[in-house]
Amino acid sequence: MKPSRLAECGNWVLDRFPVTKFWNDHMAHYYAPKNFNIWYFFGSLALLVLVNQILTGILLTMNYKPDAKLAFDSVEYIMRDVPWGWLVRYMHSTGASAFFIVIYLHMFRALLYGSFKHPRELIWIFGMLLFVALMAEAFMGYLLPWGQMSFWGAQVIISLFSAIPVIGDDLSLWIRGDYVIADATLNRFFAFHVIAVPLVLVMLVFMHLVALHEVGSNNPDGIEIKASKDPWGHPVDGIPFHPYYTVKDLVGVGVFLLFFATVIFYMPEMGGYFLEHANFIPADPMKTPEHIAPVWYFTPFYSILRAIPDKFAGVIGMGGSIVVLFLMPWLDRCKVKSIRYRGGIFKKALFLFVISFLALGYLGTQPVTPLATTMARLFTTIYFGFFLLMPIYTRWEKTKPVPRRLTKVKSIEDQLHEIEEQIPALLEEITEVKPAITEIGHPAFKGTFFSRRPNPKGIAHVLSRVLTNLKRSLD
Amino acid sequence: MNNKGVDKSKRQFLTSALTVVGAVGSGYLAVPFLAQMQPSVKAMAAGAPVEVDISKIEDGQLIRVAWRGKPVWVLNRQPEVLATLKTLDSELRDPQSNDSIQPPSSKNAVRSQRPEIFVAVGLCTHLGCSPTFRPEIAPVDLGDKWQGGFFCPCHGSWFDLAGRVYRGVPAPSNLEIPPYRFITDTRIMIGESSEEKSA
Repeated sequence: MKPSRLAECGNWVLDRFPVTKFWNDHMAHYYAPKNFNIWYFFGSLALLVLVNQILTGILLTMNYKPDAKLAFDSVEYIMRDVPWGWLVRYMHSTGASAFFIVIYLHMFRALLYGSFKHPRELIWIFGMLLFVALMAEAFMGYLLPWGQMSFWGAQVIISLFSAIPVIGDDLSLWIRGDYVIADATLNRFFAFHVIAVPLVLVMLVFMHLVALHEVGSNNPDGIEIKASKDPWGHPVDGIPFHPYYTVKDLVGVGVFLLFFATVIFYMPEMGGYFLEHANFIPADPMKTPEHIAPVWYFTPFYSILRAIPDKFAGVIGMGGSIVVLFLMPWLDRCKVKSIRYRGGIFKKALFLFVISFLALGYLGTQPVTPLATTMARLFTTIYFGFFLLMPIYTRWEKTKPVPRRLTKVKSIEDQLHEIEEQIPALLEEITEVKPAITEIGHPAFKGTFFSRRPNPKGIAHVLSRVLTNLKRSLD
Repeated sequence: MNNKGVDKSKRQFLTSALTVVGAVGSGYLAVPFLAQMQPSVKAMAAGAPVEVDISKIEDGQLIRVAWRGKPVWVLNRQPEVLATLKTLDSELRDPQSNDSIQPPSSKNAVRSQRPEIFVAVGLCTHLGCSPTFRPEIAPVDLGDKWQGGFFCPCHGSWFDLAGRVYRGVPAPSNLEIPPYRFITDTRIMIGESSEEKSA
């Protein structure tokens, strides 16, 4: 039979441009482990947020003026006078925070399941470069509204470079293009934010994905699915990314958008964490706001900077806290990837690290007090301890045997069913029945009545059981 | 017709030579590309001195003026303040201002040409925030040790009322003193040093 005109047309293109091959290599015939859990949503969500930032960013540049005299007013103009300008701007500003939430969770997933380990070291390195580029992008974008926080935040961060011996002062002068943060700085940050860094980001995303698809995805069991293949050469524990994970990720996208839209429509400033209050005042080079703090996603690193009472050492500490992340694949000497089969010492260390990261993040938003400084120093020590002691404590870790094939883990739906069945028994345990009121005024209610009261002993029992189970599930 | 096969060493030489020439060319191109991010001629020229009338500054009052886009403070110090300054040396990192920036005429215990009039660039030597003026003694938020001075809200650096930095804070040196000179008893010129004029 002669092929139809349309098919012929399609074949003409395919002979010259391998769309199908690309689609198959990276989607339809790309096999991903079948046991991805909730932690595996954040990669595709990061991509979604990147697209959101690019689209809304393009729209914002149509009305924004990168000029020290006009910038602040042009943002207000977008908010008030441009049709739907407020929506586009809030999507962009909320998107920045969402980007970091998603990326932090994505990175934490890698720590949980050892996704940075052999043979995925380069994926991790590209990912870390992405993180650094993202921080640069966010920092430069924050100067553009030209509010008080924009100005003084940029002043502090650019001054970080002046702490470098010998070349520091010239370097920070070169970055600013003026002796102070000025129109020249704003204009060049606009150029970097709008074209230079986004190009780098897109390129790195491409490299991150190429490296990932070369070695294949890790999974919550931390075993290589390519080790066991069926007669057709497909991993037995793998399923094609499309349609299985494209559809699954759509659910993640739906849930994410629910939260994203809630923030955009109901709390776009997020109580001063996503858009800081002082940034609604135009930049004033004469006066620093009473309390300045970076946007929340920089605060852990900012806390480290503040905790060290020496200018150069502080900058080194802050830079080091990011550099040390690059070294993860070589600091962790344990051969076992997934937290499921790792020793208790790593679990405890990771727990302490998460606590100290969150605590540093909180302290970075707070004013400096002697107590806060002491706490920040303590948590900075834990932060670095987690990484620098890692080669020691992971070497003698007592790991559990790793299975050869993926294990079956109860889904959330299964667990919900079990919990549902246990509820009546649980209720019985945490309450007790006591005779309550023996007499009420009305004669119809004469007699003894019973009522349920919370039973402290039972509650303590249940709590201790929950904690024991939690500990057991982590060991 | 060459039948000796490929001369690999010649190829290697040509490849290396071309690489070097290419690298040098890129290097030359990098100079204007990088140098165009330096401050422009216009930015460099915008450093004119500023004249300030100090006759209206009340006792203990601080005024801010803009000089080269930076905040410059002029503070009228009381005798009590000057007396307190003498007692702080042991808690300061650089009480004699040996490692700090100031014109020679201000390199003294009170860091000014006339003890009562204190002039300084109002930017923290740590990371360039503008410290807040806190002349009160032992306020609740700063604690009992506070003898009046400048507090940097960004990273918690302490300076006394002569802009001298305390020990154990992130700022490495005392606040910068700009060049300035007294035109008359009530007018000063910030950005011109008294040394230049007398010379």
